[in-house]
Amino acid sequence: MASLTVTDEQVRATPTKAIQPAWVRVMHWINALAMILMILSGWQIYNASPLFGFSFPREYTLGGWLGGGLLWHFAAMWLLMINGLAYLVTGFATGRFRKKLLPITPSGVLHDVRAALTFKLGHDDLTVYNYVQRLLYAGIIVVGVLIVLSGLGMWKPVQLYYLVMLFGDYPTARYVHFFCMAAICAFLVIHVLLALLVPKSLRAMIIGR
Amino acid sequence: MAKRSFLIPGVDKRLLIKDSIKTMPDVTRRRFIAGGASLGALTLLTGCDVIDSSSAEEMLKSVSKFNDAVQSFIFNPDALAPTFPESAITKPFPFNAYYDLDDAPDVSAADWKLEVRGLVDNKKSWTLEELYKLPQVTQITRHICVEGWSAIGSWTGTPLRDFLKLIGADTRAKYVWFQCADKDGYNSPLDMRSALHPQTQMTFKYANEILPRAYGFPMKIRVPTKLGFKNPKYVVSMEVTNDYKGGYWEDQGYNSFSGS
Repeated sequence: MASLTVTDEQVRATPTKAIQPAWVRVMHWINALAMILMILSGWQIYNASPLFGFSFPREYTLGGWLGGGLLWHFAAMWLLMINGLAYLVTGFATGRFRKKLLPITPSGVLHDVRAALTFKLGHDDLTVYNYVQRLLYAGIIVVGVLIVLSGLGMWKPVQLYYLVMLFGDYPTARYVHFFCMAAICAFLVIHVLLALLVPKSLRAMIIGR
Repeated sequence: MAKRSFLIPGVDKRLLIKDSIKTMPDVTRRRFIAGGASLGALTLLTGCDVIDSSSAEEMLKSVSKFNDAVQSFIFNPDALAPTFPESAITKPFPFNAYYDLDDAPDVSAADWKLEVRGLVDNKKSWTLEELYKLPQVTQITRHICVEGWSAIGSWTGTPLRDFLKLIGADTRAKYVWFQCADKDGYNSPLDMRSALHPQTQMTFKYANEILPRAYGFPMKIRVPTKLGFKNPKYVVSMEVTNDYKGGYWEDQGYNSFSGS
């Protein structure tokens, strides 16, 4: 039962600083919007020449046709790029990445995955990420960098041919771009699901505490 | 899905949609594009009715123009497209158009002449025989379609910049505008800088054989630094001009620069 009296311990534990600083929250939601615009317009572009034996339902695409999808994609890319770069720079400069995402040890990940799957993973202190979070958040940053690099290479395969070379050739860059999208979508599903399971983490990403 | 039953067997639904968009009057097309666009407009400015779908489209167009400006500022327009060994050539090289191969222009070599117009000293028309006598070079480059697919091919012909020099074109003009024999009159403008690019070619041969009908007989303009739709086939005329005359796909909303 929750006690109505406030102990010294609780007072001290009351965070004077936000769990999620304002810059993280602002960039997080800008990124969420940019990602959704990029994914929906990207599906439109994919549908023009599918890599696999399926297309994305028209209802979930942006732009109406290929030309419109391309316009959306090459507009939202600015939002994604500028916000993403600012996030990376701030994340490294403030030491947030180092403090929050490291270390990631295999045993720690294994332990926390097991705990998560049996619903025994605690979330008492939201300022400390567990190993599952660390792995997912660090992993999605890497995927984000890859999807931007492969995307830039596909956008300007002559000017940025060295980016294309990084992936082997143009068609391979397309596949990399697609699978990064798929990884981001998978992340999105897990991420949103977990945030809903631990609503105070969602609150922290909105109001900071 | 129930919708699929309406599709006509044997008809490529993408082409069908493209063709039907084309026949739409401007307002309908805009509304059609906006139908998809409105979701984004909504996401961008929820609860705000200042932005309607057509102004979202205007915004997207201005970003596209902004992208062109950024590109011309940061990129080198003379950068060379990567070239490939013969072993890398895609076989068979795909035929691609907004119509079936059966509907591709069947140009008679004897009757065909390349018409030259606009800001040039010598406006004489050229027969195929005369054009074949010009020095030719071969390039093996990747053709990249706006749809995302790509294929490597071998093209042989005369660098366009040599031809422009030969006819005394005013290379300070902004565009070279090509008209083609395709049904519905394909056309496309090419910015002068790209027209003067060393790899931009008046193509007469594919894989060392006379350009087949599928790839644009008798003449194609090969621009390896541009998306495929900026590589017109079945070319019948070129005009050196300062006016932006639009293009078949450009008018429908593809970015006109579309440089890669």
